Amino acid sequence: MAENVDEHPQRKPLLVIHRIPSFSSLFHHRLAPTFSLIDPITSAGADRSAALAFLRLHGGSARALLCVGPSPLKKDTLDCLPSLECIVTSCVGVDHIDLSECHRRGISVANVGDAFSDDVADCAVGLLLDVLRKVSAADRFVRAKSWPEQPVFPLGSRIGGKRVGIVGLGSIGSLIAKRLTSFGCIIAYNSRQKKPSVSFPYYDNIHDLALNSDILILCCSLNDQTHHMINKDVLTALGKKGVVINVGRGSLIDEKELVRFLVEGKIGGAGLDVFENEPNVPKELFGLENVVLSPHQAVITPDSFKAAEDISVANLEAFFSNMPLVSPVIWE
Amino acid sequence: MEKKGVLMSYPMSSYLEHELSSRFTLFKIWEHPFSDPQFLKQNSNSIHALVSNAAHGANAELIDSFTELEIIASYSVGVDKIDLGKCKERKIKVTNTPDVLTDDVADLAVGLILGTLRRVCVADAFVRTGGWVNSEFPLSTKFTGKSVGILGLGRIGYAIAKRVEAFGCHVSYCSRSEKPNIQYKYYDKVIDLAANCEILVVSCSLTEETRHIINREVINALGSKSILINIGRGAHIVESELVSALLEGRLGGAGLDVFENEPHVPEELLKLDNVVMMSHVGSDTVETCKAMADLVIRNLEAHFLKKPLLTPVI
Repeated sequence: MAENVDEHPQRKPLLVIHRIPSFSSLFHHRLAPTFSLIDPITSAGADRSAALAFLRLHGGSARALLCVGPSPLKKDTLDCLPSLECIVTSCVGVDHIDLSECHRRGISVANVGDAFSDDVADCAVGLLLDVLRKVSAADRFVRAKSWPEQPVFPLGSRIGGKRVGIVGLGSIGSLIAKRLTSFGCIIAYNSRQKKPSVSFPYYDNIHDLALNSDILILCCSLNDQTHHMINKDVLTALGKKGVVINVGRGSLIDEKELVRFLVEGKIGGAGLDVFENEPNVPKELFGLENVVLSPHQAVITPDSFKAAEDISVANLEAFFSNMPLVSPVIWE
Repeated sequence: MEKKGVLMSYPMSSYLEHELSSRFTLFKIWEHPFSDPQFLKQNSNSIHALVSNAAHGANAELIDSFTELEIIASYSVGVDKIDLGKCKERKIKVTNTPDVLTDDVADLAVGLILGTLRRVCVADAFVRTGGWVNSEFPLSTKFTGKSVGILGLGRIGYAIAKRVEAFGCHVSYCSRSEKPNIQYKYYDKVIDLAANCEILVVSCSLTEETRHIINREVINALGSKSILINIGRGAHIVESELVSALLEGRLGGAGLDVFENEPHVPEELLKLDNVVMMSHVGSDTVETCKAMADLVIRNLEAHFLKKPLLTPVI
């Protein structure tokens, strides 16, 4: 394909870059030699109706679209792109894309597959260690010069022996399980279906998993079934000493209830990388010592960006070569 | 049987205080300064045991204040603040609390690695101070797959190695001698270990040989893309060299649970965002503190019942 493009630059395939203005266009330098890029934000500015008009005018024959980060991708955009066959997103989660509309139109969708899994798993373990061993709280304590005045810092909790319930045992959940096993944690999980090749105990409902766990780690995808799955009942089942870690999506948790449980001391703590209304975080959390807050940064390492770039390019190349996508999103 | 007198050097655990006072006549040094001649005159002969910890040990002066002292039971693994030479001379037994805190310290080492590389603490401060609303959080560094060098492959070092292996890390180590039956790459010089790893974890005990083992040359060999983790003792590192390396960008970052002049931390470190600092809490979990306290009690009981000590140092 590359040779073709060199000989006939005018035949470079069209690629729509779909992004909200705050996300910069990713790996432009790698796409520009191969594709003719249509980026409404660059060409038509941040105004939404101008961007859609631009797409209608220039995207009519575009067969592929790159969705940058979790930029919402809805019917109004798809309506401007009647020839669209393939969407490649630089995310793991695809809840920002109207999947049923894509399905109806026969548009295939690819995500970044496992490219972020190691970093997300590391982030989950980092948050867990921080909440239980009070790393950030101790760092604040030292920086505030409190140590000489108040020699005894509150005790943390041991990691080993804790019962960890993993919600969503996909590639990220499996890597978290592998890591925490080395700390002596006891793993169980919940997912849509029991995994035949996995020996960890399976709970077919989240309530029972919470009842039998000291720590819940959320790393499943967000969809209608998982929206607000961590509600008042599940938090009650997790109990006063229970800890919630969320590296999935904010809306997996009923955030109002979580805040109430934390403020009232009805659960033990939380480590949160994602929130319902990012970048806005409930202010009630800012004064709590038993929470660790993180700005949706689980995947933000240069290594992950490079991996996401590689897999996105590979998916686009596969599409234009009529090969199966490298990491397709499977319809449920 | 008359209750034996036990002196505690520091308010290290209320559970331990409670358990000691239910079995022995407990004296608390912070309530009765041992320099008080009146206190000494009245009680020095009735104190048979001292309970110390890592920071508040027993120097020769303290030991010699108590003529009937038979045993020092330290509520710690490290006994570097106890004058062992004086104890040997006076035939005083010393016990510590090995193993029970191994997992906690190893866990914290990984917590400090993730805190430093993945900037967990900086991220938390960023969100709490409202930074996220109007700016992007800078990139952090991947942990999975990094090369980890462990200085001192004892119980704690080995527990750290097992954990980081689960993150796909490559482990190498440096210790007094090469360990048989260990597959990790061995370096006999710490500077070679530092030059060949991205994360250097100090987990050896503090001795004359290891005091200031992390000096300017070792830090430079580690380099500007690498991080230093210390869950050993503050005096393993030449702290002034660590501070200047961080300030000058010759070292990528540091995760520190211990400092040379605890509880005082170098002022220059307080403003750096590539450093994670903790207040010597390596083994401070509810579960481990109880296990350590129970071991102190069982050692003292074994001693007074003339049974073998559970975890003797000398």
